[in-house]
Amino acid sequence: MLKLDEIQKRLLREVADLHTVPEGAYNIRSNSQSAGRQSTANIEITPKTDVSGLDIRIKPGTKNESVHIPVVMTESGLKEIVYNDFYIGDDADVVIVAGCGIDNCGTADSQHDGIHRFFVGKNAHIKYVEKHYGSGDGAGKRILNPVTEVYQEEGSSMEMEMVQIKGVDDTERVTTAELAADARLVVRERLMTHGEQRAISTYAVALNGKNATADVVSRSVARDHSYQKFDAKIAGNAPCRGHTECDSIIMDEGRILAVPGLEANDRDAMLVHEAAIGKIAGDQLIKLMTLGLTEQEAEEQIINGFLQ
Amino acid sequence: MLKLENVSFQVLADDDKEKEIIRGVNLHLPAGKLVVITGPNGGGKSTLAKLIAGIESPTGGRLFFRGEDITEKSITERARLGIGYAFQHPVRFKGIRVPDLIRIAAGKPLSPADACEYLSAVGLCARDYIDREVNASLSGGELKRIEIATLLARKPALSVFDEPEAGIDLWSFQNLITVFQHMRDTIEDSSILIISHQERILNIADEIIVLKDGRVDRRGSRDEILPTLLGTAAAIPGCGRIQPMEGGGAQC
Repeated sequence: MLKLDEIQKRLLREVADLHTVPEGAYNIRSNSQSAGRQSTANIEITPKTDVSGLDIRIKPGTKNESVHIPVVMTESGLKEIVYNDFYIGDDADVVIVAGCGIDNCGTADSQHDGIHRFFVGKNAHIKYVEKHYGSGDGAGKRILNPVTEVYQEEGSSMEMEMVQIKGVDDTERVTTAELAADARLVVRERLMTHGEQRAISTYAVALNGKNATADVVSRSVARDHSYQKFDAKIAGNAPCRGHTECDSIIMDEGRILAVPGLEANDRDAMLVHEAAIGKIAGDQLIKLMTLGLTEQEAEEQIINGFLQ
Repeated sequence: MLKLENVSFQVLADDDKEKEIIRGVNLHLPAGKLVVITGPNGGGKSTLAKLIAGIESPTGGRLFFRGEDITEKSITERARLGIGYAFQHPVRFKGIRVPDLIRIAAGKPLSPADACEYLSAVGLCARDYIDREVNASLSGGELKRIEIATLLARKPALSVFDEPEAGIDLWSFQNLITVFQHMRDTIEDSSILIISHQERILNIADEIIVLKDGRVDRRGSRDEILPTLLGTAAAIPGCGRIQPMEGGGAQC
């Protein structure tokens, strides 16, 4: 039975768009406890016995089902490491929604480190959405350090949407992926940092099989005194195609380091990287101001569009 | 509608000397008129348009809009008073979709049918643009037409177009002219100020102003001024290769 207060419900809406108990399989983790869990005929969620975390097993051929595993934290000073393993059967086609919201009104740091491993079976298709959000006006930091490991078998495809728009003070995100033949990985990262926040995002993708493809794109905005580092490396170990792109808007006293990396270990590996950092163009602001927006409204429209 | 009194604009040139781009321009634009400003390149036409929209501030003189002194007013304030401005080189936005921009211009929520109306008025098939971003994937001509559509949605009392014909060669002048005439007919007492060299646009002007070396060289009705411009760089004949479409609308 779910027992969540209003703050926890708000966090759930922010990170998983959940207004009520989700359909399908879910586990809602609240202040290190399970606040509700449900398996389905095709998706089994079981708690790990050795460490904190879950095993999520999706039967081969499961179609049009979803798994929600949001995490909310409202107790100041809570620190946890959670290990979630996803075993996705061949030919499955499912949506997985994760995400973590921390509300910290206290003085101690709150920290959630989620270690997610995905074992994606042959020809399976996964859409994975992970949103991070922080709120609360305490001096304690809201810290999230997600580690995501993806192992894709032949012909599988994984689309990852990683979003962190507000309120997370410190993040070190590490994502690694290994792709077999004909596997496809698409990553869309959207990030905004403000205040004194720091966000580091590292990707290491290995294209090991013939015709494997990866497309890793980050769009970010660094405001105030925040710092971002985007470090994306794609290694082509077979005839494959890889593309990485970092596109950033820098504002105020923000700082951004983009480190795109390509490594070709096969003559038929085709790898491309793009990186661009710049402030909001003056003529963009002027155009929207000639349409009646104030400078601040114009700035918000430009950033919202950019991070959409 | 719009009055300029002794407006000047100076910039600091590369040699650190003051350069006067606009020199004491006096101008009166009555309501309900379509006025075209023409003249040689470098004569100050685009600068004058930017001074009217508030993108540049004059170094001398005053500007009045519907009797109100707008000299010190910002771009936003002028836009809210009813001055619209279409860029010579439209701006690209990553992530802002075509209907978003039209909606911002209209200043209110728009139904897909409304957005469609403005896009088809500039010869674009709306359903092809509903999910398109106003980014580098659009051609210069498409951007130019979307730019004009933002003014149609905004319905300003005074519309300033800086070389609206540039880059729209795949559409047609005739359709562009239909758009201007439609604006005049549908927005009550609205005035349109167009900066252009094109003879076909000069042809629909109520009044023509020739700007040269930052000064009004001459002004008058189309019948007075146009014959003096024909054959000069201030009146370039339109490209004859493109056939106008019936009614100026999009065919899709």
